[in-house]
Amino acid sequence: MSMIRKISRRRFLELTGLSASGMVLMGSLPGSALAGVLDMQQGAMLNLFVSVKADGLVEIIAHRSEMGTGIRTSLPQVVADEMEADWSRVKVIQGLANADYGSQNTDGSRSVRDFYHIMRQMGAAARVSLEQAAANRWAANIGDVAASNHQIIHRDGRRLDFGELAAEAARLPMPDMATLRLKSPADFRYIGKDIPIVDLQDMCTGNTTYGIDVRIPGMLFASIERTPVLQGKVRSFDRAAALKMPGVVDVIKIEGKPLPSGFNPLEGVAVLATDSYSAMQARAKLNINWERGVHATHNSGAYLDELAARVSAGPGKVARERGDTEAALGKARKIVEATYVTPYLAHAPMEPPVATAHIHDGICEIWACTQTPQATQKTVAATLGMEDKSVKVHVTLLGGGFGRKSKPDFSVEAALLARDTGRPVQVTWTREDDIRHDYFHSCSAQYYKGGLDDNDKLIAWLAREATPPISSTFKAGANMQDDGSLSMSFGSIPFAVANLRVESHEADAHVRIGWLRSVFNIPYVFGIGSFMDELAHAAGKDPRDFWLETIGPDRELDFADEGFEFSNYGRSLADFPYDTGRLKGVITQLTDTLPWGRTLPAGQGWGLCAARSFLSYVAVATRVEVKDGRLRVMEMHCMMDAGTVVNPDRVHAQMEGAMIFGLSLALMGEIDFKEGEAVQSNFHDYPVARLNQVPHVVKTHIVSSDALASGVGEPGVPPVAPSIANAIFAATGQRIREFPFNKYFSI
Amino acid sequence: MKITVNGKEQELDIAPDLPLLWVLRDHLQLTGTKYGCGKGLCGACTVHLDGAPVRSCQTPASAAAGGLVLTIEGLSSDASHPVQVAWQEHNVPQCGYCQSGQIMSAVALLERTPSPSDAEIDSAMAGNICRCGTYTRVRLAIRQAGAQAGESQA
Repeated sequence: MSMIRKISRRRFLELTGLSASGMVLMGSLPGSALAGVLDMQQGAMLNLFVSVKADGLVEIIAHRSEMGTGIRTSLPQVVADEMEADWSRVKVIQGLANADYGSQNTDGSRSVRDFYHIMRQMGAAARVSLEQAAANRWAANIGDVAASNHQIIHRDGRRLDFGELAAEAARLPMPDMATLRLKSPADFRYIGKDIPIVDLQDMCTGNTTYGIDVRIPGMLFASIERTPVLQGKVRSFDRAAALKMPGVVDVIKIEGKPLPSGFNPLEGVAVLATDSYSAMQARAKLNINWERGVHATHNSGAYLDELAARVSAGPGKVARERGDTEAALGKARKIVEATYVTPYLAHAPMEPPVATAHIHDGICEIWACTQTPQATQKTVAATLGMEDKSVKVHVTLLGGGFGRKSKPDFSVEAALLARDTGRPVQVTWTREDDIRHDYFHSCSAQYYKGGLDDNDKLIAWLAREATPPISSTFKAGANMQDDGSLSMSFGSIPFAVANLRVESHEADAHVRIGWLRSVFNIPYVFGIGSFMDELAHAAGKDPRDFWLETIGPDRELDFADEGFEFSNYGRSLADFPYDTGRLKGVITQLTDTLPWGRTLPAGQGWGLCAARSFLSYVAVATRVEVKDGRLRVMEMHCMMDAGTVVNPDRVHAQMEGAMIFGLSLALMGEIDFKEGEAVQSNFHDYPVARLNQVPHVVKTHIVSSDALASGVGEPGVPPVAPSIANAIFAATGQRIREFPFNKYFSI
Repeated sequence: MKITVNGKEQELDIAPDLPLLWVLRDHLQLTGTKYGCGKGLCGACTVHLDGAPVRSCQTPASAAAGGLVLTIEGLSSDASHPVQVAWQEHNVPQCGYCQSGQIMSAVALLERTPSPSDAEIDSAMAGNICRCGTYTRVRLAIRQAGAQAGESQA
């Protein structure tokens, strides 16, 4: 009996968990449902992700956005492996916004962890379709044929190239996903190998299209002066003066909306011109008079002082509780207390937000460097009063994203201006726009109190935080972290301490708050990792030994009994347990590569921090030197356990990049607000790490594991800043409880 | 005015103070050179003018008039320049956006100093920001390209 059976759409959804219709064969769907895909793929479609041309070229859809992680390579690499395609005969096609693909929201370090298995299924399904087509051609049993390196080979030696079978394979029903045979890992051809990214050569020759490189005939270039303060309104502006400037074609006001900010454009005035520079220059002539509104009272320095006082002063809302923390603190032999604050940050991807919109023939086309084509589609459609399917979103390469480009506000701006002018419009944010009008990474204040017993073991952990929440961007007035956000380390501390309590305080949002690479793990791991080091020193123990002792026995954590709803990054604890053995594993394996514990020259020190985020376990160790008030980071080392790894070279690259991202924020990262306006505006006052600031020793290690694939893009970031703060303490005895460290040292 | 870009003389009707970056991107459709900051702070727009690296966002068209401009597109058509080769061997790019500027700065460095020291690399490349953090591999690629240049000269 043939192993190929037609499966129902419903059955397919059950098997894959995808909200997809398109996994089913093209023949079983109305043609229009796949129109968006068909215009990009030229071959015969074997399934939604794979088509094969008559010459054998295999086209694989990349449905996630490429912003530097290598995902346009890694997921197609998985498909190609399972289908036995020859990688040199594979072309990667960037998918349009299309709900059939499942989520395309490229953030949360989710691409491989959510799609590894599905991509294997898509590759295997394509292989089986080709095998069945060959078996049919030869009137053979499918058990007698097998795919190998772009051919189907009969056991008697006959062989056919994929291209020769493509048309027939595409007419077959979809293989039964339930009985689909996946390869044994021993047979992997590409998975686990360092496949160079598909865009490598083009990136080295400038032959690439980012959002800012899109060119549509007749398009206008727009630059927008936006409200300097959240919810500010335009009172008046000088339209005539801007219109007189060379190249300027139009001046259009963009109406802001009431809170919540959501993905709505900010209030502003757009200048449209025949080239980018003319549009940017003419903004200076707008002379906008702003009604600044209630948030013009926001001063970030004073606000952080206020939050720090609030968390130190008294109890907040309890998010997690075990034992009797007050009683344990009362009995403790030593008490350690500390308050940490962390600033607002901006994403500053090298390519600022840019989107191009063209409304024609009843549809709106968007070209954008977006992390989230489906949200772009929905938001633009809602704004223009169109149906989702009438908005066609093309995803360009992204010149960095880091979470900024998950917000489609800039595409909405382009769509509104295209509607109002009747012409294609490209909106380019200047660097100043990008830094002043970001969806900012939130500031945070945290207070910790720990108790040590007679053996200098930790017996009580009290932690309180106040952080303007991301939820304020989507729900006006939201001012408290929920368990989902506290699941980013603050509420999910893995320590074997008999008494603990975790509390939250209110913190009103006065700016648009967004998510930035590793999100709330940045402030919380800074607090937790620094406080662990303070406790270790108070206990008179080596920090590494104290971490291992305090994490305690190997076990899988369950937070339900302690009143805490641990989100586990959207995945079940059954699939992705919180495994303390793996957390200790990265600490011991990392420090085993280092001369940990040996005496260093005066003024030098090692610092350590470990964290689990995005389901992966990471330890970072840093060596610094502090001399004459100057801080120099000399070495950075990172060990990551991310389970199964698809492309080790790209994982190393993400870890290298994460350490440098962490270095930037630790040494220099800070956005201040004065009277509601962001003070910083470009790389002179919002510096990020430059090559000469990066240590000459940056070492990354991947733990060999066949556990389920977990996140890679973000988890390297959180431990970096606390590891440096801890190294500074080891070097100098000076405890730094806030970043950036350039407030304390020259760098 | 006339500007020779990648060996081709271009007759341009543009304002003399228009930055070379926008001449390249918006008038000549050479989009390999990137906008990053508009203030000469990040190096994404680096091109060569008469053999020297310049920040094209800070270079008025008038300063390039009559000059020879080399952009990433003119370095080689097939990524065969030794710096591009080294870049590929070390898989330097992540998002790739700043890489045109990084490569143009590296080429200029190696033309002046074929076997640069670590300090010379740090100094020459400090003006090119990479937010993805590819710096460790930028250093490796420059060392490799420098070593190869040294060998071919010997």
